[in-house]
Amino acid sequence: MNEAEIATLAAILAAMVRAATPLVFAALGELVTERAGVLNLGIEGMMLMGAVAAFGTAHAGAGYAAAMAMGAGAGVGMSLLFAFLALGLRANQVACGLALSIFGVGLSAFVGKSLVGTPIEALPALPIPLLSEIPVIGRALFSQDILVYASVLAVPAISWFLFKTRAGLILRAIGENHDAAHDIGYSVLKVRTLAIMFGGAMAGLAGAYLSLAYTPMWVENMSSGRGWIALALVVFATWVPVRALLGAYLFGGVTILQLHAQNWGIPVSSQILAMLPYLATIVVLVLISRDETKIKLNAPACLGKVFHSGR
Amino acid sequence: MTAPLAAPLPVPRLALKGITKRYPGCLANDGVDLAVMPGECHALLGENGAGKSTLVKIVYGVLQADVGEILWEGEPVRIDSPAAARKLGIGMVFQHFSLFESMTVTENVALGTGDPSPLPELGARIAEVSQRYGLALDPDRRISDLSVGERQRVEIVRCLLQDPKLLIMDEPTSVLTPQEAESLFETLRRLVAEGRSILYISHKLAEIRVLCEAATVLRGGRLAGRCDPREETAASLARLMIGADFAPPVREAQEIDRSGAARLAVERLSLAPLVPFATPLSDISFSVRAGEIFGIAGVAGNGQAELLGTLSGETLVAVPDAVKIDGEAVGHMGPRRRRERGMGFVPEERLGRGAVPDMSLADNALLSAHRTPGMLKRGLIRFSRTRAFAEKVISTFHVATSGPQAAARSLSGGNLQKFIVGREILQNPRLLIVAQPTWGVDAGAAASIHRDLITLAEGGAAVLVVSQDLDELFAICDRIAVMCHGRLSEAQAVRATDVEQIGMLMGGVFHLNEGEG
Repeated sequence: MNEAEIATLAAILAAMVRAATPLVFAALGELVTERAGVLNLGIEGMMLMGAVAAFGTAHAGAGYAAAMAMGAGAGVGMSLLFAFLALGLRANQVACGLALSIFGVGLSAFVGKSLVGTPIEALPALPIPLLSEIPVIGRALFSQDILVYASVLAVPAISWFLFKTRAGLILRAIGENHDAAHDIGYSVLKVRTLAIMFGGAMAGLAGAYLSLAYTPMWVENMSSGRGWIALALVVFATWVPVRALLGAYLFGGVTILQLHAQNWGIPVSSQILAMLPYLATIVVLVLISRDETKIKLNAPACLGKVFHSGR
Repeated sequence: MTAPLAAPLPVPRLALKGITKRYPGCLANDGVDLAVMPGECHALLGENGAGKSTLVKIVYGVLQADVGEILWEGEPVRIDSPAAARKLGIGMVFQHFSLFESMTVTENVALGTGDPSPLPELGARIAEVSQRYGLALDPDRRISDLSVGERQRVEIVRCLLQDPKLLIMDEPTSVLTPQEAESLFETLRRLVAEGRSILYISHKLAEIRVLCEAATVLRGGRLAGRCDPREETAASLARLMIGADFAPPVREAQEIDRSGAARLAVERLSLAPLVPFATPLSDISFSVRAGEIFGIAGVAGNGQAELLGTLSGETLVAVPDAVKIDGEAVGHMGPRRRRERGMGFVPEERLGRGAVPDMSLADNALLSAHRTPGMLKRGLIRFSRTRAFAEKVISTFHVATSGPQAAARSLSGGNLQKFIVGREILQNPRLLIVAQPTWGVDAGAAASIHRDLITLAEGGAAVLVVSQDLDELFAICDRIAVMCHGRLSEAQAVRATDVEQIGMLMGGVFHLNEGEG
C-alpha cells in the first residue's frame, strides 16, 4: 500500500466510527430502558430534540459542554413525557413511543426553524497523545472528539452497571418479572422512570453528536431514521451492550462503504447502495431471530408489558 | 430481642386482631383474628377465594388492611412493605414463585434478601444453608433450568438466609410431586424444631393433618373456626371449610355396552418427538365407550401431554386410523373437525390454553362454543346469546365471579376450571377429554367437577380423564390405564385393581408383565 491508500483507509475507518457513534449512544440508552422492561419507540423524536437543543445552545455561543448538557436534557425531557404516559397513565408503550417519535420530528422542526442553514464550528477533535500516532488506527480511533470516546467508554460502564452492581441486578429483575419484583418490595415505577430517563439522555446525546460533530448544522429530520436503526440494534445485540457497539460499527461501516462505492463508480444504482445499511439490518435481525434460545436468555420477559400494582 | 428462638413465650409470635380488607365489589377479609405461637406450624385453611392469600399478603406487607391490628411478639406493629416484614423476621414463600427465570440462584437470592454482600460470598452461604436443611441447590444455575421443586427450594433458602422467626408458605405442595412434598415436610419439621413458626396455607387436608398442630379456618373472608387438625378427620375439616356436609361423589358400578364401535378408539398410536425432550409415544391402544369414564394415570412427563395433543387434534398423526371417533378415522383432522364430531376438550393449562387470560368469560365461552346454534348469525357474534351462555355456565356450575364480563384471569384456579369444564359440558359433547380436572382446585370445587363428569357419563357421553391424582381416578373412573415412558398399560377395571397395583404400573413395572404374558 502506498501512502495515499493508507490515508484513504484511515479516513474511511474514522468515518465509520463517526457514523456509528450516534447509534452507539441511542442503542445503549434504549438497551438499558428495555432491560428494565420498557419499550420506548420514541428514540427518533428524542434524538431530534437533543440535536436541535444542542445546536441551538452552541449556536448561541454557550459552549460545547453546555450544548451537550442541553442535548441530553432535551432527551430526558422528552423521555419524561413518555414515562408520564406509559408508566403514570399506563398507556400502551408502543403507541406512546410512536407518538413521541412523530411529536419529536414536528417539535424539533418548529423549534429549530430559525437555525436552519446557520453552520457552527464542529466539535474539536481531541487526539490522544501517543495512541493517535499509531498508523491508520491512530487516526481512525484516537483522533476523534470527546463524544466518540464517551460512547465507547459507555459500553464497559453500562456492562459493569448491569451485570456487576446491585442496582443493575434490580433493574434487570424488574424487566424480567415486574410482579415478582413488586412482591419482593422493589419500586417498579421508580426504577423504570430512571431507566427511561437514562435512555432519553443517551438519545439526546446521540442527537447532540449529529448536530455538533457529525454534520455541524441543523437540518429538519436530520437523524434520518437512525433512531429506528438503534432500536433494531438492541435486538441485534440481544440486549448485551458490547454487541450493540459491534452492531453499530457494522452498520456505520456499511453506511460509509456504500458512500465510497458510489464514488468508486460501481455500476449499481446509488439508491440501491443507499439501501444497503437498512437491508443489512433486516438480514441480521432475521438471522438473530432464528436462534430462539439466545433471544430468550437475554430478552427481558416483561418488555413492553404494562405493570399494574395492586392484587 | 435476644431470647433464644426455642424458648416458649406465652405471647403469640404473630397475632392479628379484626383484620378487614375490602376490594371494590368484595369483602376479602372481614374481622379475621389469628394467632401463631412460637415453634408452631399453624395451618390457614379455606376454599379458593376464602381470603387466605389476602390475609397473608397483609401480614407480609404487600397489602394493607383497611381495619385491624397486627401484634408482633405482643407489640403492635405497622407492616407497610415486604421490607418491613422481613425486618421483623417474617419470610414468605409465594404460591407463584417470585423468581427471575434468566438469572442464577444466587442473583435471585440477592434480589429477595436485600443482602448487600458480594455475590460469591452469598453463594457460599446459600450452599451452607441448603446443606443444613437438606435443600440441595447449586447457587450458579439459572432458574430456567430448574425443576419446580428446585425453584421452591430457592424461595425457601432465600427466606431462611434472613433467619426468619415466621415463615409463610402459600400452598407449597400444589406444584410438587409426592416425593418432593415429603422432602419439603422434612425441612419444615426441622424448622419448627428450631423454634421457628410456620403459617402454612393449604386446602390439602391430609397434609395439614400430618404437619400442623393448630389450624385457623376461613370461609368467605370470615373466621369459620379454629381447631387442632390432628384431632379432626378430613371430613370434619372439610365441613369447617365448606360450611356444609361434604359428600364426595361416588361412581356406581356401570354396565357398559361393549358392542359396536367405541366412541373413542386409539389403535397402535406412535409418535416421534416433535420438540427436543418430548416423550415419544409408542404403540398406544385403548378405547372409551359411551357412558364410560376412562382414566389415564401416570407421573407427569411420561407422554400424557403428547397423547393429549394427538387426541385433541393439535398434533396430527400420520396414520388417520390411529385415532377414531365413532368408528371414523380422525387422526388427520384438526381440533375444529373433531369438535364437529362431538368432542369436547379441557386442557391442563387453564390460562393460555383453556382460556384467554385477558378476555371476558363471555368471549372465552364463545371461543369453543361458537358451534352451539344461535351463537352466530351470518358470521357475526350475537353478544346477547354468548352472554346468556356464559351466564348459564356460571349459574349451572356455581362459578364464583362478578359476571360474564369478568376477565378469565380474575378468577381463582378452581372457579376458572369449573367454568371451562362447564363450558364444554353445556355443549353436550358425545366425547369429553379432560386433563388434570382438579389440579390446584379445592375440595368443594373438585367434588362438584367430579359430580359433573359423572353426570355427563350417565347421560351417555364417553369421558377420558388424564390425571396424576390416583384418588381422583379411583373415585370416578370405570377403567384405568397407566402411562409410563410413552407407553400405555392394559386397562384395568377399577373394581379389580387397587392403588398399590396402579402405583407399581406408574413406576413402569408393566413392561415386565408384558414380557411374562
